[in-house]
Amino acid sequence: MNDLTPFGRAALLAFAALLLAVPWIASGYVLSVSIICLYLAYMGQAWNLMLGFAGLLSIGHALFVGLGAYTSGYLFTKLGVPPAVGVVAAVAVAMAMGSIIGYLGFRFAIGGVYFALLTIAFSEFVRILLDHAKFLGGTEGMFLPVSQESRRGVDLVNLRGSTEMYYYVILALAAGAFLMCRALLNGRVGYYWRAIRDNPEAAEAVGVDIFRFRMYAVLLSSGMAGVAGVFYAFYYNNLFPEQVLGIERSIEVTLAPIVGGVGTLFGPIFGAFILTPMGELLTEAVEGFKQSGLIAKNVKTDGVKLMFWGLAVALIVLLKPKGLWPWVCERLRLVKPPGQRG
Amino acid sequence: MTSKKSAVTGKAIRRRSVLAGGAAVAAAVPLRFAAGQGKTLKIGLNVPRSGIQANFGQDSVRGVELALEVLAGKGYPKVEIVHVDNETKVDVGRAQAEKLIDQGCTMIIGCYDSGITSAVAQVCEQKSIPLVVNVAAAPQITDGRFKTVFRNFPTGPMIASDAFLLQKEVYEIAGKAPKSAVMLHANDTFGTSQKDASVRLIGNFGMPYKFEDVISYDPATRDLSAEVRKAKATNAELVWIITRLNDAIMIVQEMVKQRWVPMGIVSTGPGPYDDPFLKQLGKLSDDIINMVPWFDPNKAMSKAMIAAWSKKFPDRTLNTSVSHSFEATLIALDAYKRAGTSEPAKLIEALRKTNIADNVTVGPAITFDDKGQNTKTRNSAIQNRGGKLVSVAPKQAAVTKPIWPMRAWNARG
Amino acid sequence: MDTVTIINALVSGLLTGLVYGLSALGLSVIFGVIRIVNFAHGELMVLGMFMALLLFRWFGLDPLMAVPIGAAVLFAIGYALQHFVVRRVSYLPDHMQFLLLAGIAIMLVSGCLVIFGPDAQGVQLDYALDSFAIGNLIIDKVRLYAAIAAVAVASALLAFFKYSSTGRAIRACADNYLGAKVVGLNVDRLYALTFGIGAACIGAAGCIILLLVQVHPYLAPAYTLLAFVVVIVGGMGSLFGALLGGMLIGVSEELASVVLQPSMKTAFSFALLIVVLLLRPQGLLGRVAR
Repeated sequence: MNDLTPFGRAALLAFAALLLAVPWIASGYVLSVSIICLYLAYMGQAWNLMLGFAGLLSIGHALFVGLGAYTSGYLFTKLGVPPAVGVVAAVAVAMAMGSIIGYLGFRFAIGGVYFALLTIAFSEFVRILLDHAKFLGGTEGMFLPVSQESRRGVDLVNLRGSTEMYYYVILALAAGAFLMCRALLNGRVGYYWRAIRDNPEAAEAVGVDIFRFRMYAVLLSSGMAGVAGVFYAFYYNNLFPEQVLGIERSIEVTLAPIVGGVGTLFGPIFGAFILTPMGELLTEAVEGFKQSGLIAKNVKTDGVKLMFWGLAVALIVLLKPKGLWPWVCERLRLVKPPGQRG
Repeated sequence: MTSKKSAVTGKAIRRRSVLAGGAAVAAAVPLRFAAGQGKTLKIGLNVPRSGIQANFGQDSVRGVELALEVLAGKGYPKVEIVHVDNETKVDVGRAQAEKLIDQGCTMIIGCYDSGITSAVAQVCEQKSIPLVVNVAAAPQITDGRFKTVFRNFPTGPMIASDAFLLQKEVYEIAGKAPKSAVMLHANDTFGTSQKDASVRLIGNFGMPYKFEDVISYDPATRDLSAEVRKAKATNAELVWIITRLNDAIMIVQEMVKQRWVPMGIVSTGPGPYDDPFLKQLGKLSDDIINMVPWFDPNKAMSKAMIAAWSKKFPDRTLNTSVSHSFEATLIALDAYKRAGTSEPAKLIEALRKTNIADNVTVGPAITFDDKGQNTKTRNSAIQNRGGKLVSVAPKQAAVTKPIWPMRAWNARG
Repeated sequence: MDTVTIINALVSGLLTGLVYGLSALGLSVIFGVIRIVNFAHGELMVLGMFMALLLFRWFGLDPLMAVPIGAAVLFAIGYALQHFVVRRVSYLPDHMQFLLLAGIAIMLVSGCLVIFGPDAQGVQLDYALDSFAIGNLIIDKVRLYAAIAAVAVASALLAFFKYSSTGRAIRACADNYLGAKVVGLNVDRLYALTFGIGAACIGAAGCIILLLVQVHPYLAPAYTLLAFVVVIVGGMGSLFGALLGGMLIGVSEELASVVLQPSMKTAFSFALLIVVLLLRPQGLLGRVAR
């Protein structure tokens, strides 16, 4: 907090207040979109740990989400275990997979793009296995039981309730993730991570156990993704391997943090809140052009939104490779320049 | 250090423009209490217009628009259709459903994909808005968990059962029945559920064959030679396929290349009746029998639908997505007419009492059971002939006799 | 499963594998020299396929005849891509390059969706479904042609890199970037040429593959992944490695289909990828990464 300028502090408080107020002032649609936004912000934070702090590019993070979702979903559907308890198992399974991939990556010294391909391979492999796993529904899907009564009220143990409840749950997760990462980064673990990221040889020379701390980042990252999987399962109430573990989902997770700024704390959140509304606004804009007659009504425009979206992402990479958040911070004077920090 | 004054003004200007920009964005954001209920019924159409199932979604849109045209002259009230694209994604489908409801839609038609339909059904349930399902086959959608869903499309098990009955009719007319069968199915939601239902139910129908092998393949695969080779090795007489579009084309091409001529090919999924299939394979597409939900060409409403379609889209085939979206619109308009209001609760009541005899699909009048399923709708057996589809079974919907066994690949005129 | 079927399976796997290898050649060339992982690989190939489709529709041109045109057009696109766009991010970390190319890929796919629609489209040729029969062995005609084309293209490329001065200059850049600059080679131009050549390979592959499958905008990701698997197994940067990797994947997929359920054959390929990544990340014929 003491890194922020007065304006920065005010902006942060205003943002937090706005987030808390969303269910009261927004329509059902905006609420749904906000949930997607916060979900991506949370996942972005988790993914960011692995790249920003362990230096590993993962394009297979949907794997951990999927493992968490299927574990908690199965426990709930077949054994009646509520998600409040099931989340422990979900995190355990996701972390186990994370540890396998992380261990293999380090043990065999696979980095950069090869590691990314390793994550894709694992993710696709598990997805196809899940397609064939009849006891988990396979390609026919796993449907979680949902009832009309459970839609009213708030049941946090079983994660059943109104959309507003889900909103606050994901908000708590996203805020919690942010605060946790901040605390870690400013602590001893964070210093080791930064040392390993900036200069691994020097870090090793002063006695930092690179393997151990990198594994911490990997475990934390995969565990967090596992929790997201539990949320996903109980919010959408149906799981299909293609929808949950498909490679588009893994790519989707990486967009917000890369656009916002890898390795920064607020970058993933900022990125999520830029990209999601941007997508919606583009859809509205295309519809608007059609309504106003600028484009004839029968011209096929399915796909135009995606095209502009891809263009926007490419432009951001070309013009602001460090991410948008550091630039915004600087321009709006949200943080004190390095020389003036206490 | 820069002059303090300009630094402060500079900050103030930036802050102001940020706040102004924020206000502009906020003004565009639909607020919670803005939704109203106008006089005319607003129906939301939530289908995939992009993404992997885009062609089905776009066909659904055509079906709905066709229905509005055809039914306009028949005394049905006017409605407004609000289009959204669910991009074949569950989260987008769900958010778009919320948007439709926010914009004042008190009925939704959708969603083609079972996963998306299920998620949208939850939203509709929460907001007590009726969902009329045009196409979606997962049985769970109408197993009682939802009270505001009405589905005029058969479930997977219904399609499988009907396929056995239709086959019996065809074999009887043709006088020849296969003694062995092989199933080749795409390993996706629909394909697997069909396979499971068929394998489970075959015992109930006393079929003259049993399945020698059941082969599942990845629908996204680029090459099906191995799968077809495996099927050919069984020497089965009946080839039962459940495919998407591209794989259907590849399967037939491989069968030709590997010089395999079984007694006949039956399909219970999309693919062999789609335009790209017929166009790509030409006379090689002939003689495949599709046993799928379809329209009954002998019904009066169907004739009106077909006439309007051939005027509007002379180069496209009128397929399942079109006919069932047409009927979903018919159901919606019929309920609206009887309810006399666009209030969702009244619409749901009216939908429960639906009884439409003047419809297009095969089977008796459209009615829904207490779980919202039309259990009486039946499938057709339609055979590919010269790039067109002709109804060969059941009897009341047939226009000609089936060709069975199929002709050899190089014996087609 | 009798011997005839197994032999048919193996032959088919080999031929299909060569086609896979052809589609992966472009990726191998680009990565081997410029060290950029082209995540828009599949999308570029789909572009080549659509182009061959248009040439067939408008001029009745057989896709095999369209190969030089497809290659030329894609060469231009690849050259422009490297020169105007990719060059600017070559110093950025891997994830930024990945995102840039992913963004470009999304643009290409949606562009194709808007222009061509989602329906699958293909060419209808008289000989497309012919096969040669040698005793009990049935060989798919088109696959054989495609396999021959793959070997021809790879050989041409190899000759280019070995014997022409431009080719040697490109190899110099790949081996020693700094050294190449020191001796005065115009590395930027050579990189652009290389991307162009890689894209040309992809374009050629697209034209040929149109004989075997229908094209639609969503075909791309599967081909990108396939190319990666082939190139990693065979070796990044090795031309014959790409062909060898392709053949290995082709045959193993056939065998996996025979022994297991065919729907698991892609899982088998990914398992193979994991094993290769762990035990021999440079692939079978690749050079050890610096």
